[in-house]
Amino acid sequence: MTEFALKTSLPQYLRAEQQKIESIARSYGLDFFPIIFEILTYDQMNEIAAYGGFPNRYPHWRFGMEYEQLAKSYEYGLSKIYEMVINSNPSYAYLLEGNSLVDQKLVMAHVCGHVDFFKNNFTFRSTDLDATGRIDPVRKVEGYDPNRRWIDKMANHGARIRRATERHGIQKVEEFIDHCLSLENLIDPWGPFLGRHKESPEEEPGEIEVPRLRSKDYMESFINPEEYIEEQRRKIEEEREREKRFPERPERDVLMFLLNHAPLERWERDVLAVIREEAYYFFPQMQTKIMNEGWAVFWHSKIMTERVLDASEIIDYADHNAGVLATSQGRLNPYKLGVELFRHIEDRWNKGQFGREWEECDSLEAKKHWDLRLGLGRRKIFEVRALYSDVTFIDEFLTPEFCREHKLFSFAWSNRNERYEIDSREFRQIKEKLLFQLTNAGNPFIYVEDANFENRGELLLKHEHQGVDLRADYAKETLRSLVRIWKRPVSVATIVEGKPTIVRYDGREHTSRSGKSSG
Amino acid sequence: MSLKIDQDHSRFRNIVRGKIRQNLRKYISHGELIGRKGKDLVSVPIPQIDIPRFRFGDRQQGGVGQGDGEVGDPVGGDDGQENGQGKAGQDPGEHVLEVDVTLDELAAILGEELELPDIQDKGKSKITSAKDRYTGIRRVGPESLRHFKRTYREALKRMIAAGTFRPDRPIVVPVPDDKRYRSWKTDVEPVANAVIIYMMDVSGSMGDEQKEIVRIESFWIDTWLKAQYKGLESRYIIHDAVAREVDRDTFFHTRESGGTMISSAYKLCLKMIEDDYPWSEWNIYPFHFSDGDNWSMDDTLTCVELLKTKLLPQVNMFGYGQVESPYGSGQFIKDLRELFSKEDRLVTSEIRDKDAIVNSIKEFLGKGK
Repeated sequence: MTEFALKTSLPQYLRAEQQKIESIARSYGLDFFPIIFEILTYDQMNEIAAYGGFPNRYPHWRFGMEYEQLAKSYEYGLSKIYEMVINSNPSYAYLLEGNSLVDQKLVMAHVCGHVDFFKNNFTFRSTDLDATGRIDPVRKVEGYDPNRRWIDKMANHGARIRRATERHGIQKVEEFIDHCLSLENLIDPWGPFLGRHKESPEEEPGEIEVPRLRSKDYMESFINPEEYIEEQRRKIEEEREREKRFPERPERDVLMFLLNHAPLERWERDVLAVIREEAYYFFPQMQTKIMNEGWAVFWHSKIMTERVLDASEIIDYADHNAGVLATSQGRLNPYKLGVELFRHIEDRWNKGQFGREWEECDSLEAKKHWDLRLGLGRRKIFEVRALYSDVTFIDEFLTPEFCREHKLFSFAWSNRNERYEIDSREFRQIKEKLLFQLTNAGNPFIYVEDANFENRGELLLKHEHQGVDLRADYAKETLRSLVRIWKRPVSVATIVEGKPTIVRYDGREHTSRSGKSSG
Repeated sequence: MSLKIDQDHSRFRNIVRGKIRQNLRKYISHGELIGRKGKDLVSVPIPQIDIPRFRFGDRQQGGVGQGDGEVGDPVGGDDGQENGQGKAGQDPGEHVLEVDVTLDELAAILGEELELPDIQDKGKSKITSAKDRYTGIRRVGPESLRHFKRTYREALKRMIAAGTFRPDRPIVVPVPDDKRYRSWKTDVEPVANAVIIYMMDVSGSMGDEQKEIVRIESFWIDTWLKAQYKGLESRYIIHDAVAREVDRDTFFHTRESGGTMISSAYKLCLKMIEDDYPWSEWNIYPFHFSDGDNWSMDDTLTCVELLKTKLLPQVNMFGYGQVESPYGSGQFIKDLRELFSKEDRLVTSEIRDKDAIVNSIKEFLGKGK
C-alpha cells in the first residue's frame, strides 16, 4: 500500500504533535478518518492547490491558470496557503514547509475538525464510493468506514482522459472538457439520496382498460355508470400523453440526461462522465462551506487554547487566528459566521434558550437572563454538524439577536449611485438574501424540460426563476456548449426582466423570443 | 523538480497569448500597456478567462455583509470602489486577469499580428564579443589545463584493468595516455549595436493628444527593435526653433511655445551620429514626429539637403511620423514624399488619431529594415 501520495512524510517531531493533537480531539468526541499529513514546499503546495488538493488530476489549462495566480500572489507576498485537506478515507492534509510550529499545530487541529465533518456530515455520504442505490442520510452505521479513495479515483480519471488525449489530441479533448465544465453545475445534489435516475422499463402501452367494479349485469349501469367510465378513460389518456413527453418529468441532473441520451462518441461520453462524477464529489463542500469552516475553527480554537498551547505560543496563535476570522470591508467571512453560529447554538442549548416557551416569551429582560442550566450545548452542536447543510443551518439557527450582535446587513446594487449599497438591517431580509445565496450552492435551478422540443428533437431546458435573472452573456456561451453536446439546437426558457423568454442557439446564432416555458 | 502542473500551465500561457493577440489592436490604440512595463516584463490586463456557466447576474443578486454603516452607505471592498471610479470595471463580475509577459514575447505577438518581417542582417551585427567557457574534456591540450582528477581516474582505471593496482599500496602513476585536459567552447555574442534617436516637435501646435500618440508609437517601436537587436540604446531630442537632447521623461512632458525649425533637430541628430554612433558599426534608427508645420520653405530645403547628403546614407531607416493637429498645415510630409519618392530608407507615415497607430507601426516596421 502506498501510504503517501507524494512521499513527503512528516518529520518525527511533527508526527508526535499529530498524535497528541489527535488524541485530544478524540477526547472531545471528534470522530475522524485516519489523517495522513504531508509536508510540502510552497511550489508543491501551489501545484496541489491548483489541482484542488489532489496530486493527480486530468490535464486541463484551468489548473495552470489557478497555479499562475496562486504562485504570483505567493511571490508578491499577498497570500499563502496554510493548509489543505481533502475529503477521502484516509484523509490527506498538507502542511507548508517552513511554517512555525504554532502554525503547524493550529493547522493539524483545524484539519481534525474538517475530517470529522467529512466523516459525519450527511451531505458527504454521497461521496462514498461503495454506496449503492439510495443513500440514507441519517442512519449511522456502527464502525462507519466507507470507501472514499478519491486520490485513486481522481488519478484514474486523469488516466482515462489522458488516454483520450493520446488518441484524439489534447486540443480536441481539452476543448470538449471546456464544454463539459460549462455544464458542471447542472447536477441534482439530492439525487444520490433519493435514488433517482432509475430508467423505467420501456413498455408498449395497450388498449385503455378502465378497471370496473364487479357487478351483476343488471346493476352494471349503476355501479359503473357510463359517464364515470368515460371520465376515467380520459384521465388515463392524459396520463399516457404525459408519459409520451420526454423526459416524463423535468430532469435536474442535466449531465446524466446528456450522458444517457446525447449522441456522443465513446470518448466524449467518458469525459462527460468524469466531469459529472467530480462535480458530485465537490458539491457537498460547496453546500457546507460555512458549517465546515466554522466547525474546524470551533475545534482548533478549543483544542489549541485549552490543551495545546503554552504561554510562549499564545500571542502567535492569537495573531493567526484573528487573521483567519477577520472580516474585511464589510464582507461576510464564512469562517467567522460559522464559528460564531456554532458557539451561539452551544450557548443557547446550554442555557435552554430553545423550544416553545422560549419562542413565546415576549420579555426581552427575561430572555436576556434565561438560563435553565441544561448543559445540552455540546450534544446539540454534534447533532447539528451531522444533520444540517448551510441552508438549513442558517434557516434554523440564524436569529435576530445574532444578526444584531454581529452587525449583519444585506446589500444591493443601486442603479442611481452605480454602486453596491447597504440595503437593510432587517432580520427577515438578511436571512432571505443569505438563504438565496446558499440555495443550490448559489446556482440557478435548471431542468431538462423537453428533449423533443417542438417535435424537432431540440432540447429545451427550463430555468426555474426565483427572482434573479441569468447572466445573459454566460447563458449564451453555455448554450453553445450544450449544442456541441446535443448536436441539435438548444433553448432555455427563463425570465428576462420580468418577461418569460426563450433563448435559443442553433449552432450559428442566438435568438430570443418571448414564450411560456412549456413549448 | 519538474512539476506536473507545467504542462497545464504552458497551455494556459498559450491561451493568454491568443487573448493578447486578439486584443492587441485595442492595447495599441488605447496605450494600455505603457506604464505597465517593468524591466523585462509587461503586465497585461486581459479579460477574464472563465468557463461560462448558467449563473446569476450579479447586480440583481446583492448579498449579505458584516460591519458598520447606515442603510444607503456604499459597501466597501473592490466592487464598491471600482464602481465608484466610474467606468473602470462597470460590471463587478468582470474581473480582469493580470498576466506577466516578457518583452520578447510581446514583440513576437506584435510581429505575428502585424505580420512584421524580421529585420535583415546588414552585416553590422558581426561585431561580436567572444566568451570562452569550459564545457568538456579532451585528450590533448596544454599542461596548464590538465584535469587532475580525471587524469588520475583514468590512470586508476588502467591500472585496475591491467592488474597492477595494489590496494595495500595504493599508488597511482599516470602515463601520458591517461592525461585529460579541459576543453572549451567559444560563445559568440553580438554586442549592443542599434540606436533609436527619437525627435519630436514640441512647438505650441503639438497638443497632449499628439504627444500621447508619439508615446504609444515609441513604446511599440522600442519593443520591436529591442527584440530584434541584442542591445538597444535610445536617445531623445526635442525641438521647436532650436533643438536639444533630453531624457525620456522630459521628452514626453515638455511643451514649448516657440516656432518650428525642423532642421535644428536634424542637425543635432547628425552630430549625435557622427560623435557617438559611427555608421559602420551601428544600426541607426532616427524617428521624427511632428505636425508637419515647418517655419519656412527654406528650412524645409535645409532638411531635405541634410537628409539626402548626410543622414540617409548613414542610417538603416529614417522614420517620419506626422500627427494631425488643428494648427498644423501638414505640409512637411507632402514635401518629403515629393522629393524622396524613390528613397526607400525614408519611411513616412500619417497618424490621424489613435486608431491609426497600428497601421503606422506597420508602415514603419513592415519593411524589415
